Amino acid sequence: MIELLSQPWPWYVGGPLIGLMVPALLLLDNRTFGISSSFQHICAAVVPGKSTYFAYDWKQTGKWNLALALGTLLGGVIAGTLLADPEPIAISEATRADLAGLGLTDFNGLAPVEVFSWANLGSPIGLITMVGGGFLVGFGARYAGGCTSGHAIFGLSDFQLPSLIAVVGFFAGGLVATHFLLPLIF
Amino acid sequence: MNPPATDATVAPTVETGAPADLDRELSWFAHLAMGTVFGVILTKTQVISWFRIQEMFRFQSFHMYGVIGSAIAVGALSLYIIRRIRARTIKGGDIEIPPKDFGRGFRVAVGGTLFGLGWGLTGACPGPIFALVGNGLTVMLVVLASALTGTWVYGHLRDTLPH
Repeated sequence: MIELLSQPWPWYVGGPLIGLMVPALLLLDNRTFGISSSFQHICAAVVPGKSTYFAYDWKQTGKWNLALALGTLLGGVIAGTLLADPEPIAISEATRADLAGLGLTDFNGLAPVEVFSWANLGSPIGLITMVGGGFLVGFGARYAGGCTSGHAIFGLSDFQLPSLIAVVGFFAGGLVATHFLLPLIF
Repeated sequence: MNPPATDATVAPTVETGAPADLDRELSWFAHLAMGTVFGVILTKTQVISWFRIQEMFRFQSFHMYGVIGSAIAVGALSLYIIRRIRARTIKGGDIEIPPKDFGRGFRVAVGGTLFGLGWGLTGACPGPIFALVGNGLTVMLVVLASALTGTWVYGHLRDTLPH
């Protein structure tokens, strides 16, 4: 069983399971699927500052969402230890060739160590991807009112127009980052 | 330069305040357990991998499109059934499916694009950031701290930004 679960899961197993998060949260306690509001709750809990955006009872409103986010981290611990898979991610040959063209040589792990490592934190590429990219994820998700889970999965499941526009934006931004920014910084 | 904030342009402050009636401790553990399952799925489906995100934005594999597309299909069917049978929560409470805030369209278009730039650079959206930290990529704590900084700055600029 563990051996079976340790193999990479195909899209037609993982995708539907992710989709089930939407009804599961509604049926459990009338909650709407989304992860990025946890960022708002953490700010509200730790450093609210002077913004009204963080002036609310985070325990009352956000505790369930913080539990969901913490659980996601714990799930990563379990999947990365008990269900670990030592093989590199089986990406397509075309992607491998493109990334090799950018100068990547190490395709092990979940993210390239040549970019995502503590040692790279002071380098331009590390600063732009980890610090700059992270900032944009947090700023953009809350500006848009949701991330991949809240807009792409929940919002599109409910055929909501705001989410459709947000997801078009997600893709537009991702394409610009992939095809214009990454070649500049690599 | 920025338009003054009015009721029509300022989004609701907290979007997740749905009435809920599950016992507090039970709610905490139940959502923690659901998150744990979610983290396992994200990791084993490899959607938390920067390599997979690159593959997606280069249109070189169906994998990510299959994951997101089938998740939406299952989510949509579930919402249809929940509405159709007027399902209630396990405690018998109402189920509300709230609309996402549109503002004047600006927030989703601009915010979405900024988020996409970050997604393309880090290869990680919010769920995967947490899952990656759990997978032992401790440097993702830097990404998480940066994302929290981004959220904090958004919160403080919010009234001056068009929504």
